Order: sequence, then C-alpha cells, then structure tokens
Amino acid sequence: MNNEESFRGQIMKLYRLLMLLFVLFVISGGGLVYYMNNPGFFDFKSNSDTIVEVPIEEDEDRIENGIHVRTGFIEADGMMTVINNCTNCHSAKIVTQNRMNTERWNATIKWMQETQNLWDLGGNQEVIVNYLVTNYPPKSKGRRMNLSDIDWYELDE
Amino acid sequence: MKRRDFVKKATLSSFATLIGAELVFGSKMLNGYTPLALQDPDPFKLFNKHKDMVMLNDKPWNIEAQAHLLDDKVTPNSCMFIRNNGLVPEGINPNSWILTIDGESVKNKKSYSLDDLKSKFSHHTYQLTLECGGNGRAEFDPPAKGNQWTIGAVHCASWTGVRLRDVLEDAGINSNAVYIGYHAVDKHLSMDPEKEPISRGCPMSKALQDETLLAFKMNGEDIPLVHGYPLRLVAGGWPASVSGKWINRISIRNKVHDGTKMTGTAYRVPCKPVSPGEKVKDEDMCIIESMPVKSLITYPKTGAMINKGKSLTIRGHAWAGELEVNKMEYSIDFGSTWKTCTMEKPANRLAWQHFSAKVDFPESGYYEVWARATDTNGLAQPMLLPGWNPKGYLNNACHRIAVKVK
Repeated sequence: MNNEESFRGQIMKLYRLLMLLFVLFVISGGGLVYYMNNPGFFDFKSNSDTIVEVPIEEDEDRIENGIHVRTGFIEADGMMTVINNCTNCHSAKIVTQNRMNTERWNATIKWMQETQNLWDLGGNQEVIVNYLVTNYPPKSKGRRMNLSDIDWYELDE
Repeated sequence: MKRRDFVKKATLSSFATLIGAELVFGSKMLNGYTPLALQDPDPFKLFNKHKDMVMLNDKPWNIEAQAHLLDDKVTPNSCMFIRNNGLVPEGINPNSWILTIDGESVKNKKSYSLDDLKSKFSHHTYQLTLECGGNGRAEFDPPAKGNQWTIGAVHCASWTGVRLRDVLEDAGINSNAVYIGYHAVDKHLSMDPEKEPISRGCPMSKALQDETLLAFKMNGEDIPLVHGYPLRLVAGGWPASVSGKWINRISIRNKVHDGTKMTGTAYRVPCKPVSPGEKVKDEDMCIIESMPVKSLITYPKTGAMINKGKSLTIRGHAWAGELEVNKMEYSIDFGSTWKTCTMEKPANRLAWQHFSAKVDFPESGYYEVWARATDTNGLAQPMLLPGWNPKGYLNNACHRIAVKVK
C-alpha cells in the first residue's frame, strides 16, 4: 500500500515536472523564433566598439600543419577514405604506427575482412593502400638503431 | 577519486532535482561504479597513470611505460602498461560475478561467486613478472604488424588470489586434460557479441603451478578495472596475454585451446628460424610459452650528464620467464668488456630480480651503458635483435642508456 502510494506520488511529481518543462520549452521556443526574426534584439548600443571574440566553429576535420587534428593522419590524397573506412572499429593510432608495403597492407585488409568484420572496400582499397604506402613507408632500421631523441639532463649524485 | 565522488553525488542529486524524485534505483547503483557520462576522458586520469606513460593506441587502450618509470621494486599501478585487445567492460557487479569451470575435461562443471572463491580456497600473494609478448616489437626490421611497443610493456606487481590449481581440482580434472582456456566479459572492437577479443590459455603444467593465480587483488587493493577487475588470471613469466582479465569462465580442454589469438600467427613464432621478412605458414608457427631472459636499466633515466671523476650508480631489474637470472653484467664499451652487477634473489619464483652497480668512466665523452642478463640455462640477452619473426615477438635485446661525462 505504502509503496504504491509513494510510487503514485512519484509519478505525479514527474508528471508535474514534465508539464513544467513542456511549458518552458514552448516559451523558450517562442523566444527563439522571435530572436531569429529580430537578431538585433541583444545588440545594445555599447557593444558597437567592443571586440567580440567569436568562437571558431569546431571543425572535426580540421587540418593543422598538414595533419588531420582529430586522427593524426597526414593530409594527402585518400585521407578521408582512410578515415571513413579505417577508424570505425579501431583508433587511427594503430594505422599510423604501422609501416608496411602494398602486399602486406592488402594481406592485413584481407585478415580484417576474414576475422574482424571489415566490409568489402571495393575500389577504395587501392585508394587506402596507396595513401598508406605513400605517406607511411617502411623505414630501414637494420639490426640495431642508434639511440635518438635523447633528453640530456645534469645528474648530481 | 574524491573529486569524482563529489561530481557523482552532485550529478545524482541534480538528476533528483530534475525529475523531482530520487533517481530510480539510484541507491542500487554500485559503489565504485561511475556512470559512463561522468568518466574522465583523459586516459591518464581515468586509469591513474603517470604522465610520462606513452599512449600507443586509444581504441583499444594500449599504453606503455618508459624504463625510468619502472624503477620501483614492485611496480605501482601508475606505471603498469595497459594492453587491451577489446573494449574495457562497463558496469561490473562483483556481487553477482560468477566464475564457471567447464570444458571437455572437467569432472563436474562448477560455478563460483567471488565470495565462494575467497572463502573456500586459501589466499596466496606473489610478485609476478608480466611482459607483453610483443614488447620490443618496434625494433624489428622489416617492421612487424601491431602496436609498436618499445621497452615498457613489462611490470612486476604483487598479486593476491587463490591458486588456479585449487579451483580446478575442486571441480575435478580428467586425466585427458591438456590445456586451459579462459573467457572474459570484454567486448570485441566490432561490437559483434559472437566474437571474443581474446581467449587464450596455457598447458595444464603451467595452470597447476603454485604461482598461477586467480587474482582479486593487485598491490594489496582491488585490481584496477583496466587491469582486470574483479578477477584476473595471472601466469607470471609467460606472455602477459595468458593472464586474462575480467575472467568469468575457464575451460579445461582435452586439446590445445583454440580460442581467439591462440591460433594462426597470434602469440606464435616460427618453429624453425627464418630470414628477416620471410613468409611463414600458419602450421609452421609455434605457441610462445616461457618468455626469454631480459633486463632493464631503470636508473638513471637515459641522457644523464655527469662530471668527470664521478662514478655513476645504475640499477634495474632482470627476469627470465620460467627461469631465474643468475648473472647480470654491464658494459660501457659496446660489449668489448663486461663487468658484473650485484643482484638480489627473486622475492619468489617468477618475480623480477633487482641489480645495481657502480660505474666508472675512464675519460670524458659519450657513453652507452648496456646491461646483459644470463639465465640459469646459460642463455644471455643478445646485443643485436634476436631472430626476426613475422609478428615481432620476443625481442630481448640488451637495454642501454646514454650517458655523457663532462
């Protein structure tokens, strides 16, 4: 009994709140329509000589210094095809970490299709593989590389 | 933690304000469960990792340490590498967690709650070295496919749990048992519910070792979610992929386990040596078992500049899979001469061993300090890359740091 009453009470509260939200929605909607028709409504006189910083619209495919910011891919022919086909399941980072030739990329794509639910890429496969071998070619490392990028610091013991 | 608790409480109460009632089942929301919307997008904060950890991959999460971050004798969570194959599970409820023991070779299929495991079997704590099979992959030429681990995919934490052997024997093991295979609740990257991201295992001989644990604590606390909360299989000295996270089922198999990443080329190397870049058929690839002998100089950080006449203290850890390390040496002349380091015995079998040495330099200039461990079978780390293999596993080449004497 008690539980049922409190449950009913909760439902009533929820109902009242939803009604309130609906009314608020209608009022603010009306306000927005008015504002769209009178875009100067909030332009007060004093604003005319202040510098207003307009936020740059966040472009998810923004390029900076030749790099696609969101994924880290090098901007070049075929990049968007790579992004659209190769970053749905996994991160772009596993692509850019790996440096392979055409044959091995094709084998990797075949493996992803056979075991990882990758779709048929059709004509895009050549575009993707060309982009990868052109922009991420294998580097020769030999049997052991020099130590590089050493961050030198004073050590006092 | 506290900040997040505050945010959680604040958000729950603002939910309450919003709908004019307590969040339905809000009180049933688990302790320690943060609604996904509240999770910190910064992985270093989300997983409590040191800021110098290196993120290789963010879907799935793969993060490695640098040598100098591994200086502690027992690795703290903040410096432990993360290697995930799938997506970290969400909304885990330890109260309803069930571990099932099944398979062709189990006498009686049996299920255990976490409380059953904790109350029924004796607890054991071991320091266990876990190294990713692909640690060092970045150095192979031609390059091997996968996350390009350098040197930081290894740790030695303290694990507490029950022996896998005790649990398997409680369910009963038939005489035809060959292998165990684990199953877990993580999701495949493609979100295909039919696919397991990883389901590996080990031969019965490894499964029945004293140190092979079903662990529920790491470094004395609940295992962090990303490292396998609430239950992780821990098999020290073998590729860390044997130590499955988020375990809810273990199958006692009458054949070598054939789960995801047991077959094909995964965690396998050519049974016979091959030339760099050579193609190897799947049937000529053999499963990696014990990891090879290896060591790391964890102090000082590479790049130290010291004054002429000063000696330099170096220290680090060495490990050898199933074996022990019985000799540790360093060289400052690219292997022309080697000097011995002092070395401690392991805290227990399969724990890494700590070494140190006082190094003197004859004159000013650029030096590299190379470290070389030798195991109880007399096998030492190579200075060059070991045998090339298609997936870039088992690179145990000597670690070195750069030093300048002024």
